[in-house]
Amino acid sequence: MAEPLLQVNDLKVHFPVGKTLFKPGVTVKAVDGVSFSVARGEVLGLVGESGSGKTTLGRSVLRLIEPTDGSVRFNGEEVVGMPPAQLKALRGQMQIIFQDPYASLNPRMSVGQTIGEALLLHHIGTRKDRAERVGDILEKVGLPRAASARFPHEFSGGQRQRIGIARALAVNPQFIVADEPVSALDVSIQAQIINLLQDLRQELGLSILFIGHDLSVIEFLCDRVVVMYLGKIMETATAADLYANPRHPYTRALLDAAPVPDPRARRQRITLKGDLPSPINPPSGCVFRTRCPFAIEACAAVVPSLDPVGEQHAVACIRAGELNLTE
Amino acid sequence: MAALAPPLLEIRDLVTEFRTESGIVRAVKGVDLTVEAGQTVAVVGESGSGKSVTSLSVMRLIPPAIGGIASGQVLFRGRDRQVRDLALEPEHAMRKVRGNEIAMIFQEPMTSLNPTQKVGHQIAEVALLHQGLTRAQAWKRAVEMLALVEIPEPARRADIYPHQMSGGMRQRVMIAMALACNPALLIADEPTTALDVTVQLQILELMRRLQREIGMGILFITHNLGVVAEIADTVAVMYGGRIVERATVEDLFDRPSHPYTRGLLASMPTVDRAARAAGTVARLKAIPGSVVDPRNPPSGCDFNPRCAWAIDACRAAVPPMFDVGNGHGARCIRWSELDG
Repeated sequence: MAEPLLQVNDLKVHFPVGKTLFKPGVTVKAVDGVSFSVARGEVLGLVGESGSGKTTLGRSVLRLIEPTDGSVRFNGEEVVGMPPAQLKALRGQMQIIFQDPYASLNPRMSVGQTIGEALLLHHIGTRKDRAERVGDILEKVGLPRAASARFPHEFSGGQRQRIGIARALAVNPQFIVADEPVSALDVSIQAQIINLLQDLRQELGLSILFIGHDLSVIEFLCDRVVVMYLGKIMETATAADLYANPRHPYTRALLDAAPVPDPRARRQRITLKGDLPSPINPPSGCVFRTRCPFAIEACAAVVPSLDPVGEQHAVACIRAGELNLTE
Repeated sequence: MAALAPPLLEIRDLVTEFRTESGIVRAVKGVDLTVEAGQTVAVVGESGSGKSVTSLSVMRLIPPAIGGIASGQVLFRGRDRQVRDLALEPEHAMRKVRGNEIAMIFQEPMTSLNPTQKVGHQIAEVALLHQGLTRAQAWKRAVEMLALVEIPEPARRADIYPHQMSGGMRQRVMIAMALACNPALLIADEPTTALDVTVQLQILELMRRLQREIGMGILFITHNLGVVAEIADTVAVMYGGRIVERATVEDLFDRPSHPYTRGLLASMPTVDRAARAAGTVARLKAIPGSVVDPRNPPSGCDFNPRCAWAIDACRAAVPPMFDVGNGHGARCIRWSELDG
């Protein structure tokens, strides 16, 4: 098997909170021992509720947040602990698209400056080349070349997200972390951006870590999916397999909770009680057990390991073997 | 005879305008909408559709300094069974309506709650203000309301601050506060948009249960057609300040009759599993262009610049609402040709 483009092993991101001169404080384990890989040309979906650690994970892979422990190998090179100069060069290969197209663009910089800055930082091309390249990229994301001279406030949300994508693509990356890139957009605009990502992926052979909470978007775009809950992976499988044959009660509950555009489908389903527990004081054993309708005493005792249950399908649930969660 | 009673809320030809630096902007351009007691009417639309401005107009929550209702009627049947036009009510009379006979919940429960007051006090305040209860009675009422919205240990939870609660719990508090005075009408403006799907489902199920028990009418504002399918009895689709389609929820999903509604439904990602297995890269049928800018609306049908069916006549005049059968209306001159 070919080496994956990105290989993450036992990654941990722990934040100290509440530490004062007089109190030792506690540790929030935002990401707690996560392993996964992204193959070349693959789109991996990362899904979970707020507080699941999916955004922290996406950023720590790029070292926009420093991992506490573990390994991130990109193209065979270890990213964790890499010296800053080398890391900067590597960032030309790894880019990020943010959720909020209003907050993630500098209002005082023209679109051309915003996109060109990435080229400048990575010493790509002459001044004239760069202007040319900015125009090319704008066209690629469906904006006119003339947009280069305009400022973010002149654009709608969907157009701003195109600018955000153009900025990420400017340096010709192999890998992109897309952190909820369509969540803030109107429904009709969301579809345009999803199509754009599909096109770019095909055309450029991009690998994408697509972070989201909308299961229908994830299913549509992703080859494989990782389901996270409270800093840990609950289940991972190919998109087709995950949706047809979920093996973790949390995955089943997420699928059930997604509203479907069919008024006759109002149905009985697994409704989770309560909310995500506080990550400061997570439950013992399986972190999902406090909301799990299938939890037994043993779930409190051991942290379930992520065990294979099929080809490319793994689940962290001690009862996975006995539960039938298929509809 | 119940059928002879006037509806709980009847909005007639509502026009709402804002004064801006670049002149008058018309955000709502002649909306008709009826909500009966015990019924949920969903208003669905994207940014700039006028859906939130419609609900703020009913509550008269737009500051007069920036805009307000320019014409039309907001007929509301109060507890005294008298029908009043809220568009004409003086401010002091509106204060007796808001939070009492008509309550509202918003998208962001954190910014809608007072961070410096215990949640019990905030709920009790509503009861104190409108129902003339004593402080002890009002506190008791607050605890009852928290129990009603299924908050565990309500007596203890009444005694904590909003920041000590999760987002889902805060939205339950908002609902408790809204229902504390037994309103006849609840306006819910994207109440589940900021919540995770598992919590969204809890809140929708809670609202359905409470409606069955209390019988209030609900005006539910949302952009999410999945949520519409979950909660609505009837639906009004808004675009550019007008209702472009209205129907019962089943009829809307069975026979979408406006190109915009069809476009919205087609924009929702659904996976063709067979095509996927065959390795086809799927594309969505996205609606081209951007949502309408209320400052600069197109001539004629607001949707025409983005519509594949648009012809010259669509640019010439705003289309009327056509009855496509069964009380289902669509504001499209070509509605009968869409399937052809």
